[in-house]
Amino acid sequence: MAIDPMKEIRASFFGECDELVERLQDALNHMADGTSDAETINDVFRAVHSIKGGAGAFDLTALVAFAHRFETVMDALRSGSIAADNALIKGLFQATDGLIDVIAAARDDGPCPPGSDATLALIEAFLPEGAPRSPDGPEPVGFEPLAMTLQLGDMPAPGLSTADAIQPETGGDPAAAASQDPGWVIFFRPHAALYASGNEPLLLLSALRRLGTLTVDCDVSGLPDWADLQAEDAYLSWTLTLISTAAEDEVLDVFDFVTDVCDLNLSRTGEVAGVCPGQPSGKAAGDTRSWGTRTPDRQAGNDAVSQIRPAPAPVPLPQAAADRAPSEAAATVRVDLDRIDRLVNLVGEIVINHAMLAQCIARAGIDRNSDVARGLDAVIALTRDVQDSVMMIRAQPVKPLFQRMARIVREASAAVGKDVRLVTEGEATEIDKTVIERLSDPLTHIIRNAVDHGLERPDVRVATGKSPLGTITLRAQHRSGRVLIEVSDDGGGIDRRKVLDIARRKGLIADDAAPGNAEIDALLFQPGFSTSATVTALSGRGVGMDVVRRAVQSLGGRIAVRSEPGQGTTLSISLPLTLAVLDGMLVGVGDQTMVVPLTAVIETSKLTPDDLCPLAGSGMVARLRGEFMPLCDLGAELGFRSPLGTGEGRIVLLTQTDDGSRAALIVDTIIEQRQVVIKGLERTFGSIPGVAAATILGDGQIALILDPSEIVRQSRIRGGTARQPDEFRLSGNLQRAG
Amino acid sequence: MSERTSADGGGTVEILSFRLDGQEYGLDIMQVREIRGWSRATPLPHAPSYVRGVINLRGAVLPVIDLAERLGLEPPAAGDRAVIIVVQDGGRVTGLLVEAVSDILVVRADDLQAPPDLPAQTGATEGCIAALTVLNDRMLRVLNIRAVLPLPEQDAA
Repeated sequence: MAIDPMKEIRASFFGECDELVERLQDALNHMADGTSDAETINDVFRAVHSIKGGAGAFDLTALVAFAHRFETVMDALRSGSIAADNALIKGLFQATDGLIDVIAAARDDGPCPPGSDATLALIEAFLPEGAPRSPDGPEPVGFEPLAMTLQLGDMPAPGLSTADAIQPETGGDPAAAASQDPGWVIFFRPHAALYASGNEPLLLLSALRRLGTLTVDCDVSGLPDWADLQAEDAYLSWTLTLISTAAEDEVLDVFDFVTDVCDLNLSRTGEVAGVCPGQPSGKAAGDTRSWGTRTPDRQAGNDAVSQIRPAPAPVPLPQAAADRAPSEAAATVRVDLDRIDRLVNLVGEIVINHAMLAQCIARAGIDRNSDVARGLDAVIALTRDVQDSVMMIRAQPVKPLFQRMARIVREASAAVGKDVRLVTEGEATEIDKTVIERLSDPLTHIIRNAVDHGLERPDVRVATGKSPLGTITLRAQHRSGRVLIEVSDDGGGIDRRKVLDIARRKGLIADDAAPGNAEIDALLFQPGFSTSATVTALSGRGVGMDVVRRAVQSLGGRIAVRSEPGQGTTLSISLPLTLAVLDGMLVGVGDQTMVVPLTAVIETSKLTPDDLCPLAGSGMVARLRGEFMPLCDLGAELGFRSPLGTGEGRIVLLTQTDDGSRAALIVDTIIEQRQVVIKGLERTFGSIPGVAAATILGDGQIALILDPSEIVRQSRIRGGTARQPDEFRLSGNLQRAG
Repeated sequence: MSERTSADGGGTVEILSFRLDGQEYGLDIMQVREIRGWSRATPLPHAPSYVRGVINLRGAVLPVIDLAERLGLEPPAAGDRAVIIVVQDGGRVTGLLVEAVSDILVVRADDLQAPPDLPAQTGATEGCIAALTVLNDRMLRVLNIRAVLPLPEQDAA
């Protein structure tokens, strides 16, 4: 199997882009919070810059152009020529969203998304008059090599407290700037030996800067093609203009330790004309004082040697890269999800095998306290640790999801003309990757609802004494083996009278019913329910919270709402840590053990004669908690045994189906509640109505995990208790096989 | 699989033979993954009658088909020394419940004859018999595993 290396590099570039965008958004958040410093702006600049650099290498011209224009604005911000006010930060957020779109388009080779130009124009409007906007200028086209040289100048920056401490102003004229002030022009060209001996030009430049105002001009003309570049050779030289009253000795002291491994020329400002960059030291004529004139004996010999010696020394770029590389490599490893899933399965098998082995040991009459049994216990303890660790590999922080939601808030609030702030908490909380992916849609829906319906209009907010700026809080936390995700708004809360009105009008509840607050709130999750009087572009299109609830339930989660009039509404989603494990209720049906997901069970009950009402045409219905509901005998429904009498004295599980109606499932026994490992059935057998999946019990037997909603639906289609005789074939099979 | 087709042309084929309702049947051994003893299967609701259910095959869920019932023969009585032949067809792994496994036979590909067109060869069992051959005066029926296994779509119905 041949793997296209370019494709892999490309894929890792886009992976990097995601990380960079994340950093970018983090930094923008800091700026928005007012907790930013110079480094934050640099972070944004560097993130955009790195994306641009990488995009250039892959010829992604649209991305390069976008990033470049973004970068131009950031550069102006960095240099202080424009101020980071709220309007600009908002614009930068939008530009970031645009950047994400352009990256996505580049990744899929799609066309550049529309509107990106408008977004850029928005932030470019902040640029001062006369600043280079360069959307059509020659720079983006001929940009690539420039990007590289810039990086060379920038790279050593991490060693400094602030990256802009030394501005590599390529193209600047040091002599012109320096002519009026006393100072020095220093020509400095390190030899390879300088790097080999562990010296760092950056530190020298920093030391010089302490003497006065330093202008640095880096000559990169000596750089060969990247292909010919020897990492251990030295190619760069610097012309340094130091505006300072420092004496010659003070300046030369800075270079004290490297004089024999570099070319160094020192001249007073104004005398610079006599210096030709690239001119070797010791041959400087006229007013230019070379280091060699001070120690002629040492200079002559050493310099000659160092010039011919091919000493190994890294140029600044590889050195800086090497410094950063280990930490980045250690941060993440990209692994195919299939491999992890296989690992999860294998560990599950070990757990099951252990249970069988333990039974064998018990059967062999070996004492529980024997070495063998204790050794086995140690093995299972380790196995469970391994299982937890493997599950953790699949887990990912919710941060990227939350950042996507931040975008939804921005877009939604702009669409309805409300000012909304999103506060996120617990971004580091980790959930199974698949859960995160499948949570995106329901969460988007909830957030849009919160912006559109939850928060009041700004004028209403002001009238009730609130800040016109609405706040939506997105919170994630671990709670007792589950993950709790909450979306709160500080809006007006649920208008329960309005909800009740609509529910009555739509016939969702009886006219004379007087439900409690919690029950009214639960009406929001009824199919076809919508409180919004007007259909907006955002919500009210008939796809309501019932879809959200179904999506959450399909993840094994539960959703609840609580609301305080005038204070706001909170929707909380409780999710299992992983999709591989499910909280189940083990029940006995016929001679089979089956698993009912705990999320589907509202309560369990034992039927008394009072609970049962015969109903013509559909046998029996149950009356529980004042509500009539169909009775569904699981054993008969699944064909494991014939129906048993009226159901009196039987145990029922109260379940709520997807459409919100309730049903009572008759089971023979309730065995226990426990977590089970989910095993899919589809791959071997297609889907079986009423069966969601299977699991393996401790004794090695397979138990089916039921889908109660589907069973109730099937039972309705079949017409209550009327059974076809051939549905008992399976029980016949069982007897033969047993 | 390419080696298999060339073997079918002129070489030999190894056949795993087993008994069903007193008759001798066989399977191309390349399709057999393993043979294991009977363990209690968990029945699947609403499945065809010949589907015995699912068993735990080292952590995987393995559907088991009663091959005799699938072929319209008398199913083995309870307590028989039934074994499960685990077969693989493409990506699907299925267990076949049979009475007993007899032998591994080497058959020349030329000796395999196509089954005659008989009325019994239509309907549910259509195409199940891939070839017939005679070994030591006993008739061996070689199964076409793909026709024997139910399609996932049929199960869903």
